[in-house]
Formats: sequence, C-alpha cells, structure tokens
Amino acid sequence: MKVTRRQFVTFTGGGVAAFTMTYAAPEFLSQLALAQGAHARNLVILYLSGGNDSLSMVIPYNDPFYYSRRPTLAVPAGQVLQVGTDSSRVPLGLHPRLAGLKQIFDQGRLALIQRTGYPNQSRSHFTGVDIWSTADPNNAAGLGWVGRYLDSLPSPVDALVGWNTTASLPHVLQSAQTAVPAIASPSSYAFSSPNSGAEATAERATAVRIASHVPVDRPELAFVYGSTQGALATLDRVATVGTYNGSLTGTANYPANNGFAQALKAVAGAMVRGIGTRVFYVTTGGFDTHSGQNVVQTNGAYYNLMGTLNDGLLAFYNDLRNQGLLDDTLVLSFSEFGRRISENGSNGTDHGAASVMMAMGGRVNGGLYGTAPNLNTDPKNPTLENAAGDVTFETDFRSVYARVADNWLGTDSVGLLGGNFRKTSLTLV
Amino acid sequence: MARRSDRPIEHLLRRAGFGARPDELDFYGDLSIPDAVDALVDYDQINTNVDSLIGTPGYVGYTTNGAFSPRTVITDARQRWLFRMVHSDRPLQEKMTLFWHNHFATGYNKIAGALGSSEGARYLAAKASEDPGGVRGQIEMLRDNALGNFRDILTSIAKDTAMLFWLDGVTNTKAKPQENFGREIMELFTMGVGHYTEPDVYAAARVFSGWNVQRLGSGDAAHYEFVYNAAQHETTAKTFSFPIYADGNPTIPARAAAGGVQDGLDLINALAGNPNTARYLATKIYRFFVNDVGAPDPDFVNSIAAVYLQSGYDMKAVMREVLRSPQFWDPGTYFARYSWPVEFVVRALKDVGWTGFSVNSALTPLANMGQTLYEPPDVSGWRQGKAWFSTSAMLSRMNFASQLAANQKFNVAARAKAAAAGQSPDTLLAFLQRELVTAPLDSGVIAELSTYLRATGAWTGSDAQLQAKGSGLVHLIAGSAEYQFA
Repeated sequence: MKVTRRQFVTFTGGGVAAFTMTYAAPEFLSQLALAQGAHARNLVILYLSGGNDSLSMVIPYNDPFYYSRRPTLAVPAGQVLQVGTDSSRVPLGLHPRLAGLKQIFDQGRLALIQRTGYPNQSRSHFTGVDIWSTADPNNAAGLGWVGRYLDSLPSPVDALVGWNTTASLPHVLQSAQTAVPAIASPSSYAFSSPNSGAEATAERATAVRIASHVPVDRPELAFVYGSTQGALATLDRVATVGTYNGSLTGTANYPANNGFAQALKAVAGAMVRGIGTRVFYVTTGGFDTHSGQNVVQTNGAYYNLMGTLNDGLLAFYNDLRNQGLLDDTLVLSFSEFGRRISENGSNGTDHGAASVMMAMGGRVNGGLYGTAPNLNTDPKNPTLENAAGDVTFETDFRSVYARVADNWLGTDSVGLLGGNFRKTSLTLV
Repeated sequence: MARRSDRPIEHLLRRAGFGARPDELDFYGDLSIPDAVDALVDYDQINTNVDSLIGTPGYVGYTTNGAFSPRTVITDARQRWLFRMVHSDRPLQEKMTLFWHNHFATGYNKIAGALGSSEGARYLAAKASEDPGGVRGQIEMLRDNALGNFRDILTSIAKDTAMLFWLDGVTNTKAKPQENFGREIMELFTMGVGHYTEPDVYAAARVFSGWNVQRLGSGDAAHYEFVYNAAQHETTAKTFSFPIYADGNPTIPARAAAGGVQDGLDLINALAGNPNTARYLATKIYRFFVNDVGAPDPDFVNSIAAVYLQSGYDMKAVMREVLRSPQFWDPGTYFARYSWPVEFVVRALKDVGWTGFSVNSALTPLANMGQTLYEPPDVSGWRQGKAWFSTSAMLSRMNFASQLAANQKFNVAARAKAAAAGQSPDTLLAFLQRELVTAPLDSGVIAELSTYLRATGAWTGSDAQLQAKGSGLVHLIAGSAEYQFA
C-alpha cells in the first residue's frame, strides 16, 4: 500500500513519545578519581580509518625523492606549514590544511611520533586494525588493549566509564567485562514508547526490570541483556550531554557539517557535564586513498580529510581550554598502516607500512619524535622496506601505548601489553 | 489467519528467509521438512511478481518524492529491497542476495561520488528490464545468480561496473597496476587472509590490468559496461604462491595483450577451485545460516566445502546440503544467530503487521542499528554477531519496536480481539507470544510481562485497553533481547 509521508506522520505522530525519568547521580566517580589520582584523566582514542598517508600529513619537503616519487601528489615545499627539523635534521612541514594543528604544535601540545609500526606490518585493513586494536600482532583476535584496561579498573565499573561515538563497538574497546556504550548522537539516545503517560512509564519500568533477569546460563543472550542494561542505565545522564553546545562561537565552533567535530563536541560535553566517562573513541574515515587522492588541490580528497581532522581537533582543543579541561585530556591517534611511497597510476597510493601517530593534550610534551624516512629508492635504504616501496617502522606502536598506559592511565604497561615495550626517549606525556 | 507455533518450520524460515508471514507459514507448514527445503532452494519454479505488487493495497507501503524510481534513487532502491524481503515468495533468493551483498560488500557513496547519485543507484540497483541502457546493477546481478555457480559470480563481479569503481579497477593500468581489487579478491572474496602473500597481491593487480569500463549508447541509454582494454594490460608472466592450473603450475604465462583477458579468467578459476576458498565460504555460510554464537563446526565446514568442490561450485547444491545438514537441525542452533538489523526489521513486520506502514520509516532506524542496505561500512562487509549489539544499536532496535507497535496498535488490537485473546491479561500475552516467537523467555521475564499488563488498572478487555496493552507488549517483546536472535 502506498503511504505518503504526510499520511504516515498522522499514523504515528501522536503515538510515539520520548520520555525520561530522573536517575540518581553516580557514586562511583569518587572511586574512579581515587583510583586514578587527584586529577581526572580522559583518554580519547582517535582512529583514522583506511590507512593514513602520513607522508602527506607530515611532509619531508626537502627530500628530492618525495617529489620524484609523487609527481602529482607531492605538496610543493613552499606550501607546507614548517614545524622545524627532527633529530635526524630532516626539515618537516604539516599539510597546508592543518593550520589549526600547527597552532597546537607551536603551543607545544601536539606530539608527532614518526615511523610507528611493527615488524612485518600487515597491509590488510582488517588484520591491521585488529593488530593496532589488540596491540598483539601474534593474536589479533583477542580483546582490545583499551578494553583490557577497562577490565582492570576496580569494580564496580560504571556503565558510562567508556563512550564510543560510533554505532558499533570498535575492536580496541572490546573487553571481557566492561560494556562500553555506543552513543553516536546523545540527543537521540532516548527511550520511546507507543503509549504516553502512565502506560509509557509502566513500559519503561518493565523494560528495566526485565533487563535485570540476566540469563547466566546463556552467554550470548546475556551479552544482549548487557547492551539493554547499558542503554537503560545511561539514558538520563547522556541526555544532559545532548544539550551541550560548546564554549565557542562562530567559525571557531565545532562545524555543523563535520561529523567528526560533532562527535568531539559530544566528548567535550560529557567531560563538561562530569558524567564520569574516562575513555572515549572517535573516528574519521576516508583515508583509503587508492585513487584521486588530490592532496594539494583545495577541496581535493586528502585536502578535505585534513580539513575534517584539523577543524575538529582545533575546536575540541579550544573548547577544552576554555572549560579548563585541557590538562585532563589526552588524544591519541592511530591508523592501520601508512601508504606506499610512490604514487600509483590512479593519482593515489596503495597500502603501505609505518605511519605517524599523534598525541594531543594539555600535558603533552609536543614536538617531533623519531626520525623521518629517507625516501631514496635504493633497496638497501634502512628506513624503507619492501624494495624501498614502503616506510619501515622505527618505533614499535606498543611503545607509544606503553607510555600512555604508564604515564597517563597510571597502570602497568607491562601487564597491560603483555611485555615491556617502554622506550625512554618517548617522553610525549 | 491463524498461526501455528511450529518450531522446525519457523526455524527454517527464519534462516532461509526473514521469518514467516502467516501465508508463508501456511504454505510451508503443509510440506514435510525435506519438501520445504526443496521448495525454498528450487525457487526458480516459483513465479515471482513481487515488484509488481509494490504500491498496491494490502502490502507494506513506501514513501518517495515524485515517481518511485529504484533505478535512480538509492532510498527507493532500499525500499524496494525491503519490500521484497517482506513480500517475496522466494525468501531464500532475497536471503542469499543479502549474503552476497555482504560478501562482495560494495558501497553506494563511493560510486555516487564518482558518477553522481542517480548513476550510483543505477549501477547497484537497476534492473536490466527497466533501464534504458539495459544496465543490470550489482545487486540485481547477485539476485539473478543468488544460487548460481560461484565461479560465474566471481567473473561477473570482476566485470561489474560498480565493483570496477568501488575497488578502483578502472584505474588499473599497465604502467601502474592497482592493487585494491587484486588484494580483496583473495583476502575477502575467496581464500581469506593467511592464504596469499604480498607478492601475490602485486601479481593479481597485474593480472587484472586493463579490466575497465567503456561508455556505450547515447541519451538516456548512455551507460558504462565492462571492456577489456588490451593496450593497458601488463603481459609478462605472473607467478603466485598457490597453484593456478590443475597440474599445480603457479605461473600464468606471458601472453599477447590481445588475449590477456585470459589471465584474469585463469586466476578466477584457480581461486574458485582453491580448497581454502571452499572452507572460507563454508565457514561464512555456517555463520550466516546455521550458528554464529559458537565456533564453526569442523564437520560442517568439511562436508560443505566438499559439496562445493564436487559440485563444481554450484551454490544451489551447497545450500540444499546446508539446509539438510544435521548441524542446521541441531536443536542447539535454534536462535543461535544474532539477527542482522534487516532480519530483525523484516521479521518484526511479518510478525506484527505491515498494513499502513511505510518501509521508508525503517531506513533511519536501520542506519541507527548499524545496517544501511547498499552501504556496507567497507569491503569486508558488516561486523556481525555481538558487534551488532552496542547499547545505541540495541536502543535503536527497542525504539523501532516501539515505532512499529505504535503504527500497528489498531491492527494488533483487532487481531487480538478476533482471536478472543482479550479476555484476560494472560490470554493476550499468550496470543502475542505466539505471534512474536522469541528465544525461550525465562519464567521471570514472563512474570514481568504479566505484571505489566496488570500495572495500570483493572482488566476490562476494552478496545482502548487492547490497543494500549497490545502495543506496549509488542514493544516489550520485539524489543526484548530474546527476539534479537534468529
């Protein structure tokens, strides 16, 4: 039967009602604060989905091979945003669309860790994400490293200790015991009912009571019960975040058409409202630039990827600074791999190996960590692999995780990561 | 129409279809299980006119701006597919098409970004019979071959216009081979990760160099279709780490450019016949059709892989065996699958009712549950099993149950009244438990539902009360954890 939109609205318009009930404030906050020291410490995991071409983000603009191997993709030296030289005296510049990150870098609050990766790096998106998520190249089917951290927190762990801003659970947050709610849009995170008034109240009360009958002998069913419980237990606190609009105005504010920035606004809102969340997950995608990468052209594909990243992170940084939360926050980025050094025939780049990680926050010791690759095509070039096709890693990514675990999360990285990956030169936080 | 609570046939129809409308339950319920399996698998013997029913009274509705045009408007294409899932008399064809959509996961946005929105819809969803240029979109190709030969499907996919844009085959040239398709055909479409090497990826890219599209026709008939461009084919020999030919030879020989299309056909033939492909497909089928809460059953994988190879990659023979297998009928497999969002939505429509409901209003809820048809998250398809059940996705399912219950509250109350189910709270509960079959409900849960029916006043059985309590109960049952399993 054909139903027009107008007719359809009349079928349901009076029936579906969203409503909320008051919910007791969580008591666990003080426990977590005790467990984590005097300051709240928020960790925001940022995943650049698709394999970021970090050579277009942190550019060795004096390397002649950068230009000869990327005739259409290279950013002209005069356009990069210079950030000085690294310890191997290679001058580096940020992509021209990263003016905001350049400001943060100049304030000493952005660390760029070059050539991060691991031995025999996977060029598969899916295996790659699994490895970066588990921090275990040998058993990439296990729990996520952040999920394991959450499992290590003293119980009871609050249902909102983590906040995933995407619709489904990323591997990095997979845990044995700690369900992390997925809250893509706080304003639509509400319980609806086909009825209103007392009937609707009775339905919600019933749903809450049913969710308490966890079937312990049916683990797959118990898992779904956990999702229901997690949703019902967090609705009202999340609703307080839905009204957060940030401390910024005009063009400085979180851009409305930038989903990544909107996710970061929700993260900032959760921090400002003090609802107790400590670990956040955000992502921005489109980095699988096999063709038409258009690094330099205004509004080209990679140019816009950098714009999304820059505008979101800059608004987040400034908002947190205004709210006095910058010192409590660390953003840590990863991507499954870097990309092939030489461009392909499609004005793009194929899957590569080592890449650049970023750390941003009020307590970050900013600057350039590690050394840039030399892009010389000599097969014996020690900074490259795969017949000088790809960048080889210098810093194991687990060393970065170890620093964050030891010095930010206040946990023991050796236990968390299943080995000692500490690297004393990584003083980024 | 009365429904019988006939568990084996309902299990079969949840898996080989999207649950059962009352008329489907009547039709298949009259058959023995082996006959029902045959009727589902041999669906080409069932006339299909499902698309002609779109927009006619008595069926689920749709909503669009202007003319309904699935060939050019992707939201219309999504509505057409949902309509088919609800109303097709060939449920396994639609189910298998969804399986292939996830397997060869191709996303609309990239195609639309390259060619424009109407062309994006066209190369995914157009039927040849409705397209002025005779374009058959990728999903229509998969639907036509849903139980076809896997090697033929692979060949068609490698030549598919949407796929050639999706995995960048259109830019694969002699001078600069493009690795995207060459990698994924081995990693995701056939053997699986761990069974090929990085040099295999580079070789496969060269194999498919020159597989491209050409522009044909003019006016409305102008369109892209596959062409082998010999001038862009890299002609040297390509050696793999696995056998390409029956004698075990792993090298595709150097060939003149004019005949170089054979490189790709040789590789596809080798991949289709590789035992790792047989096991990879059997494992995926186990998770989709049999059980995705436990580890794949090795006996099942072995036996289905053997049928696949012995039948010459005939998916009809494979699926007949799957639906007859002891693993499929093990009582432990009942409700041992986490429903995908479209499975949940379509089964809820079949169970609760659809008259007066527009499938358009399921599109946003489906996106919130994590599944937008024609837009898988990436080429590996949707993350499945537990990954469907984040808190927000579960909340979206509960809220869809609420939306559908509100929409159908009068229909549900009228059916309950006609079935004399309004006499007491417990007759209403029993009635709706038959209508919405779930994984077994714990007695404590049933007691909560019973308490809910008594919570807001004395039972009168009035129409108003049946509408309120009936819709509330539909919301709670369809939104329950137990209903999320198939």
